[in-house]
Amino acid sequence: MSTIDHTTNGTTGADDAPEGIEQFTLRLRRYDPESGEAAYYEEFEIELEPHRSVLDGILQAKAQEDGSIGIRCSCRAAICGSCGTRINGQPGLACHTHLSEAMARSKDGKITVEPMGNMPVIKDLIVDMDAVHWKKQARVTPWLLPSEPLPEREHIVPRESMVDVTQSMACIQCGACVSDCLSMEIDPLFVGPAALAKTYRFVGDPRDSRHAERLSNLAEDPHGIYACTHCFKCVEACPKGVAPMNQIMRLRRIASQDHHIVDRNNGERHEMAIVNSVKRYGTLNEAKMVPDSYGGPLHPAAAKELLSSLPVITTALLRRKVTPKSALFHHKLPDQDQIKRIYREVGEREGRLEFNLYVEQPDEDDTAPTSHAERAGADEGSASPTPSKGLTEAETAQKDA
Amino acid sequence: MKVAYWPGCVSRGFTPELHGSVAAVAPKLGIELVELNRASCCGAGVIAEHSQELADSLNARTFALAQQEIEKGADFMMNICSTCQGAQTECQERLDASAAYRDEVNKHLTPEGLQYAKGLVNKNFLWVLVEELGLDELRSMVTRPLTDLKVGPFYGCYIVRPTDRLDISAENPRDRYLEQVIEALGGTVVDYAGAQKCCGFPISLMQKETSFKMAGRHLGDAKDQGADCLVTPCPLCHLNLDMQQPVVSRTVGRDLQMPVLHLPQLVGLALGMAPKELGLGKHVVKPTSVIDWSTSVVGAVGSLSAA
Repeated sequence: MSTIDHTTNGTTGADDAPEGIEQFTLRLRRYDPESGEAAYYEEFEIELEPHRSVLDGILQAKAQEDGSIGIRCSCRAAICGSCGTRINGQPGLACHTHLSEAMARSKDGKITVEPMGNMPVIKDLIVDMDAVHWKKQARVTPWLLPSEPLPEREHIVPRESMVDVTQSMACIQCGACVSDCLSMEIDPLFVGPAALAKTYRFVGDPRDSRHAERLSNLAEDPHGIYACTHCFKCVEACPKGVAPMNQIMRLRRIASQDHHIVDRNNGERHEMAIVNSVKRYGTLNEAKMVPDSYGGPLHPAAAKELLSSLPVITTALLRRKVTPKSALFHHKLPDQDQIKRIYREVGEREGRLEFNLYVEQPDEDDTAPTSHAERAGADEGSASPTPSKGLTEAETAQKDA
Repeated sequence: MKVAYWPGCVSRGFTPELHGSVAAVAPKLGIELVELNRASCCGAGVIAEHSQELADSLNARTFALAQQEIEKGADFMMNICSTCQGAQTECQERLDASAAYRDEVNKHLTPEGLQYAKGLVNKNFLWVLVEELGLDELRSMVTRPLTDLKVGPFYGCYIVRPTDRLDISAENPRDRYLEQVIEALGGTVVDYAGAQKCCGFPISLMQKETSFKMAGRHLGDAKDQGADCLVTPCPLCHLNLDMQQPVVSRTVGRDLQMPVLHLPQLVGLALGMAPKELGLGKHVVKPTSVIDWSTSVVGAVGSLSAA
């Protein structure tokens, strides 16, 4: 490969190139398991307009320099989900990432493209989606299981309930979220973000008749909904705004609140330990988290866990991180009755008040004033007089089971 | 500068040295703290998972209390926990997006005359150091530079993702601030794989082995890259990385011995404060045994001298 003098942020002036065309360096990870050789990086110089995609760049290198570059692609328009890759370490679609955008994120003036993570590489940028992604999809029964007998004509459902599942329906199965899932990195058996988002597509669908079974199955699975570590990697990775982690949180909410599934992974108990601690004290009483999450202080599992935590507890006491007093007598907030009242009011509401920015449009009033007073002032003038439609009904339809 | 200060739960619970070190360091940085001691837990994402309206209402109440202090002269709200930053910003994003939704949530606050008005500025201590105090100002305050101390940054998930919600951009490279602060304090940044990965704490009571393997991998990666210590703006990460480190070491079968400092402790050391004053003796992995504090803070003494 020829070297280039990177004078302006890695791109040359390219005086001899047609107007608007710039030169970019692609640094591709090459690997062919059948060759018996280790993976290596190879650089290719490409010339394109900066608004063209990284995929266009790879295809130019493939057409002009090395036909053996392995890349999977089809629609080139962020619809088919074939060209999931890691660009400068970030997962995404190669066809949906401008060269200029990739350059802006580059640390060394080159655009590094690697295959997605958490899946075995077949060749170069092509990963084995069957081995991981599709297998996990199949794990969650990804089709509708309607109640029998089927209606003679169509199912009639509330409009809001279908609007609610559009977010999980937007998934194009590209695998970007699977690529960077931090739970899966450590626990390869984790069902993972894409398959769990797909689960919500059916748990959120009023036509499906197996919500309880789907949820109980994934709540009891040690690699199911309670194995998500809430790291936001999938939210950041998804090119279509599916926010798989948010869908996992909704599965947990519906499992524990609507179906009262008390799972063997402590998921429901841990949720309630935190919710009840704040209700009682206003803050987290950490000393109670372990016993409460394991079934209460008198539960054998809690005793076992506390016993195994003894060395940690002892060190914490010795270092005066924790004192017996602070552990046993948790401070209550001065205005705790206010907190309790909010809990009561929210609990008394029929259905759920939810606001999902994927479905709802934000107010159109933003010119980002700087001070608090200005913002408050600006706000008054623009407040919409009527609550937006669908706000309170968003999930009422789901509290059917 | 004067801030409406939200310390969070863990900094007053199992990591009391965090709250203590902020209280000790703030006056030296010229930050006056007005503590929001009537505010409640941010919910750490779990209350939002249980009920979005509940989490948004509790945090709207905290924001309204902060705005009362702002009206009385505080400049903005400051938190000292990555998880608080992320969980509160998530609620604020919804509250700020829709007047109708905000009105509905504010109904829970009216009996006490509280009201959240759109547009609160709520910044983690890390953001305050870079955006409000400024790195040059911070650099000028250093009296005991962290010479030869090799520090691995550990952000925690909630303060770096999602980037658009947290306003991370080329203008605000908030995902590089820890590195910038370490360098401003005279230390050396250690580049390792785990800096922006998950410590595993959120699943430590559900999937303990996965959780501790996560912590173990990052601590081990940092050690392999020659770090003397890690620094984190998140007390929940600190629980998994420091308090649980002996168990984490057993889980991954490796003697890790990696001290983990809270961000204000690292700042305090560079400003010449004594390790004890910053609560460094309260850590499970005592940084005092592996770092020489005498004139400048030099890493790799004692057990790590070969590194």
